[in-house]
Amino acid sequence: MGRQLPGAAMLSAGVAAAAAPADELGAISHLKHVPRRYWGRYVATALIVIALLFIANAFAHGKIEWSYVARFLTAQSILSGLVNTIVMSVLAMALGIVLGVVTAVMRLSTNPVLSWVARGYTWLFRGTPVILQLLLWFNLALVFPTIGIPGLVEMRTVDLMTPFLATLLGLGINQGAYTSEVVRAGLLSVDVGQYEAAKSIGMPRLLALRRVILPQAMRVIIPPIGNEFVGMIKLTSLASVIQFAEMLHSAQNIYYANARVIELLIVAGIWYVVVVTVLSLAQARVEAFYARGAGRLAARQ
Amino acid sequence: MSGINGMNGGAQPAQPIVRAVDLRKSFGEFHALQGITLDVAAGEVLCVIGPSGSGKSTLLRCINQLETVSDGALWVGGELVGFRRVGDELHALSETEIARQRLKTGMVFQRFNLFPHMTALENVVEGPLHVQKRPRADVSAEARALLDRVGLLHKCDAFPIELSGGQQQRVAIARALAMRPQLMLFDEPTSALDPELVGEVLAVMRDLATSGMTMIVVTHELGFARDVASRVLFMDQGRIVETGTPEQVLSAPQQARTREFISAVRG
Repeated sequence: MGRQLPGAAMLSAGVAAAAAPADELGAISHLKHVPRRYWGRYVATALIVIALLFIANAFAHGKIEWSYVARFLTAQSILSGLVNTIVMSVLAMALGIVLGVVTAVMRLSTNPVLSWVARGYTWLFRGTPVILQLLLWFNLALVFPTIGIPGLVEMRTVDLMTPFLATLLGLGINQGAYTSEVVRAGLLSVDVGQYEAAKSIGMPRLLALRRVILPQAMRVIIPPIGNEFVGMIKLTSLASVIQFAEMLHSAQNIYYANARVIELLIVAGIWYVVVVTVLSLAQARVEAFYARGAGRLAARQ
Repeated sequence: MSGINGMNGGAQPAQPIVRAVDLRKSFGEFHALQGITLDVAAGEVLCVIGPSGSGKSTLLRCINQLETVSDGALWVGGELVGFRRVGDELHALSETEIARQRLKTGMVFQRFNLFPHMTALENVVEGPLHVQKRPRADVSAEARALLDRVGLLHKCDAFPIELSGGQQQRVAIARALAMRPQLMLFDEPTSALDPELVGEVLAVMRDLATSGMTMIVVTHELGFARDVASRVLFMDQGRIVETGTPEQVLSAPQQARTREFISAVRG
């Protein structure tokens, strides 16, 4: 109802204006423009601040020894766990992106062998829980006692499959299956005319993909990849089940010893939020880079 | 600009740039080309006219292998397109060989298809630099000369979205020319343009025709065909209905179907 009022007022003003003398029209045209007022935003902000104060108060007066949080925030084993989390996230994600791009390109190939291998890979690794895959890699020695080329290089799988390697393979290969679908969506989003234009200047398929199609697909690919990267940072915490010393594993080891469970979970939580925040800022920069030539960003807001 | 047309001069005059013999193309049940036999000589400007769905674009797309032909044979620059003859069979070429054959033709699309993530200059140098692997300095200088030729040197750092349709199409022509093709294909190059921008693109094409480039132009611009074409070809339902000089086909068409089309286009 409220919405209609200004319109109705304007209409009557318009009717009046038609009859009004010229000097009155001039007077109206000089009136000050007042922007719309958003009262709802002020009310909502106030409510949110009250809620935050309430929650902060609960944490401040709950059974939490904040001095422990402060002390363990920079503890040696937490920091080394943090480094392991970051390193593993970056490596597993890198492996996932490489596998994802290769798989997406294979999937869209006219070669049926490549296409079906890609489908099979995606089907298998999306079809099983990642924690199960981690455990399988870690226990690979039960299936393949030794690994290598018989007679030349051979190694006991137990020695090779460290928690680090098992985590990297488990997370990276699983991530590749998901990333391939993100990349495939990106490749499909590029206009078919771009493929034709690339062909018309003599580009073979892989060169066209690298120079013309992928750079344009990146605009579509980056937001979900960023999303997956954020997921990966937290997914590394699963690797605590196979003894990989990532941050949550370190925090657990400490609270098993001193029983400060909430404090150490808060420590880990703070670091996860910090890492994800930095990553989100980096993602915005990458997005801006690939928006080059896309134009009219304002229209999408 | 002799470098661009230099490749036309040396070939034996007798050999056509394009030769199609009983060329056929089907999309499932739809027969887009139903036996096209055609020679295009070096330096010729062939304008192909006809109603939509008559197979004009399909013919162009077969010539640069955006479509594979279903039957018949096609030669470009004296080389069999898409196949190698082995005894009594035609064996399909590999993707690399097809990419190499495409270098003989430049293609200009109805919807420009510039690479949106590259500036005008980057669009033009892309092929020579990354496909032909020519030295950057040469390529850059030639690309600037080409952009100058289409009147857009001052826009060399602009992205396609910052250019009007006519300007984009002129960059697209420069991009195709940068590959030094023997033959230029135009697929309704002015159909997606605002009326006031058609002239600037046709002017560039006119200039190109004057310089001796072999061109096959699918167009609805009968005025351009009349002024610039050395030959006009009217197609309908996948067949060549009539071909001849612009005067013959446009002013005194022999076939009823041609007369019908021309009077409909003139309105």
